[in-house]
Amino acid sequence: MIFDEMLNIPPYSLDAEEKGRLLTKRLVELTKLHREHCYEYKNMLDAIGFDVDKAQSYKDLPFLPVRLFKEMDLRSVPQDDVVKTMTSSGTTGQSVSKIYLDRTTSSNQQKTMVKIVSGFTGSSRMPMIIIDCPSVVKNRVMFSARGAGILGFSIFGSKKIYALDDDMKLDAEGMKMFLEKFKGQKILLFGFTFMIWQHFYKELLRLKEKGITFDLSNGILIHGGGWKKLISEAVSHDEFHKKMEDVCGLHDIHDYYGMVEQTGCIYMECEFGHLHASNFSDVIIRRPLDFSEADIGETGIIQVVSAIPESYPGHSLLTEDEGSILGVDDCPCGRKGKYFKINGRLKNAEIRGCSDTYAAKF
Amino acid sequence: MQLSFKGLQYVVGTPEIVENMQNVRRLRPFDCDVISFLNDLSSELRKNRGYPDVATFGFWCRKAALLQEKEKYDDVSERFGKGIVFHSTPSNVPVNFAFSFAAGLLAGNANIVRLPGKPFEQVGIISDAISRLLGHNHKNMAPYIAFVKFPPMKEISDAFSALCNVRVIWGGDMTVDELRQSKIPARTTEITFADRHSIAVIDADAYLAEERKDAVIQNFYNDTYYSDQNACTSPRIIFWKGDKTAEAKSDFWKRVHGLVIEKYSLAPVQSVGKLNAMYSVASQKKVKLENSQDMLITRLAVNEIQKDLMDYKYNSGFYFEKDIDSLDDIVNVCDIRCQTVTYFGVKEEEFRKFLEESRPIGIDRIVPMGKSMDFALIWDGYDLIRQMSRKVTII
Repeated sequence: MIFDEMLNIPPYSLDAEEKGRLLTKRLVELTKLHREHCYEYKNMLDAIGFDVDKAQSYKDLPFLPVRLFKEMDLRSVPQDDVVKTMTSSGTTGQSVSKIYLDRTTSSNQQKTMVKIVSGFTGSSRMPMIIIDCPSVVKNRVMFSARGAGILGFSIFGSKKIYALDDDMKLDAEGMKMFLEKFKGQKILLFGFTFMIWQHFYKELLRLKEKGITFDLSNGILIHGGGWKKLISEAVSHDEFHKKMEDVCGLHDIHDYYGMVEQTGCIYMECEFGHLHASNFSDVIIRRPLDFSEADIGETGIIQVVSAIPESYPGHSLLTEDEGSILGVDDCPCGRKGKYFKINGRLKNAEIRGCSDTYAAKF
Repeated sequence: MQLSFKGLQYVVGTPEIVENMQNVRRLRPFDCDVISFLNDLSSELRKNRGYPDVATFGFWCRKAALLQEKEKYDDVSERFGKGIVFHSTPSNVPVNFAFSFAAGLLAGNANIVRLPGKPFEQVGIISDAISRLLGHNHKNMAPYIAFVKFPPMKEISDAFSALCNVRVIWGGDMTVDELRQSKIPARTTEITFADRHSIAVIDADAYLAEERKDAVIQNFYNDTYYSDQNACTSPRIIFWKGDKTAEAKSDFWKRVHGLVIEKYSLAPVQSVGKLNAMYSVASQKKVKLENSQDMLITRLAVNEIQKDLMDYKYNSGFYFEKDIDSLDDIVNVCDIRCQTVTYFGVKEEEFRKFLEESRPIGIDRIVPMGKSMDFALIWDGYDLIRQMSRKVTII
């Protein structure tokens, strides 16, 4: 079982060649698995005349557009084996992706996530502030992207509080007490970028002007969900960092890139502001005209591969995001693997993103 | 009656003009004043060389052409315009509103035209030209013309719908559904342009024998890529008949690619959309992707034409393809939604025989390749002049 082997390797330790060998083996295996167990997937491969035995590298494998998972149910396990269904975010009226997870895939997602994130936070659990409202995770059968993100990261928290109430109001009292109680300890903060800005930062700023301050200089913030809404408020990455530090001393901040269609394999931002692919996944930039692989530095459409998905054919996907590779195996942070940047959604694409329907109201 | 609303903008005409439309003198189809007005509009517009679609409209509404159209009607003297036509024109085609308006006026009506919401320059060019004419030599036409712009607001649609004798709805099923939320008077009739799709039939042997192949390719381009292959007239399935289909296809698509790569710009989001559409149909139907070097042309060979194939249609150069022995093989796609057949090298008798024998439910137009977008007063199966006028009988 290749996946278990992968779990035993430090997540950013393999160079391009080693990783390529391992990923190719695993992804070819997954392609065969899904071809055998997912009728629709087999039909797709047949239509393009794809012969998996001729694949030299994982880069040769077909990639399905993520939109397909909004249009149809794609599963490689019987319905009875499905333990969780994840849905993507989408503004009201949009269709959402439905991702079916069996026990193995669900558990591998969690294991992978732990491996990746603890490379940044350390392996011990910390008191955790979730910058969101509790109602997001109420429904435990259907998971929205926001809920899934929160639950996924919750395993890193020992004691947890939600910083916002269900009206998205900051619970300043609760936070004060929480910080008092865990004074001197490292605190984990997690939330979605836009939510943090709108309901956390802005409120902290307002309180600060009234003389009420919070010290989060001991905190580590992990945030995701994209920059789209912040760009429309003209807030850049650097400004986000600076303002957060100004308002509460928070300076250890990591963005991540990920999607519900490949939960577990998130791409964390390192100390140098670069998003990193771990051993478990990879990013390939495709040229829009013919989907050939773009060069380092060249902007194109982002393809993502993940070694996890066994219950649905989502191991190789074409996103609707645009970005470019910054380098391979040579990031100054010392992590191996590709590092890259995201430019944002393809222009005029159906609006996706990981911040749920909520962001659409603003 | 309330004819002023917040958000409602009168680009040509005024609320008073609309209010008075019920009282204006009725016109006959092809009225001299109307033809003279359209002819002057034609001259105005043909000065403008910037937009081919504006020029096409200008060319279409010149006097000589309109008089030729008039010749096709033997009962003009017994007809009058029905009264007021409310046109809801498509938001994504810049000049379509002008044709709809001209047809309404030619049929003898006063016209309330809802302009496209998108800020197309063509709309401004045509509206300005009309305003100039109405201010000078054609003041007598002013009571018959109002151009309006408004966001989707039911109360505004309600007001114009309640006034009109004919409602013309362009823009497909969703727009038709939406506008039908607004009531029309009992005697009012509707012309609705629903979602349609179109096909092409090419005779392989005639194509191979053709000397001016590049002209054929240009015509095909005009029918398809020119409008992102997303017009109701754009062919989505290409049928090949004749003996040497393989050879013809290879030559044809090679040349199409040459033209497309030079002229067409495919946005990344279109590439993704086409890939998605391809997998979407492949998951449900037996299709085979034909060899293609990039995403500019996506060709899916199908073995059989099932009735729901067009549920999987897509645009931006996305074609289903099939070899056929005779026109009878296309009957399955000729359902109620099928609008135009463009053809190359197929003889008129063959189509007549097919229509006679197979009696398809759909197909409203059969036109030579390259002519799919040419507007005519008979459109989508409707005779616009007759549908927007009434016939008075004296016995």
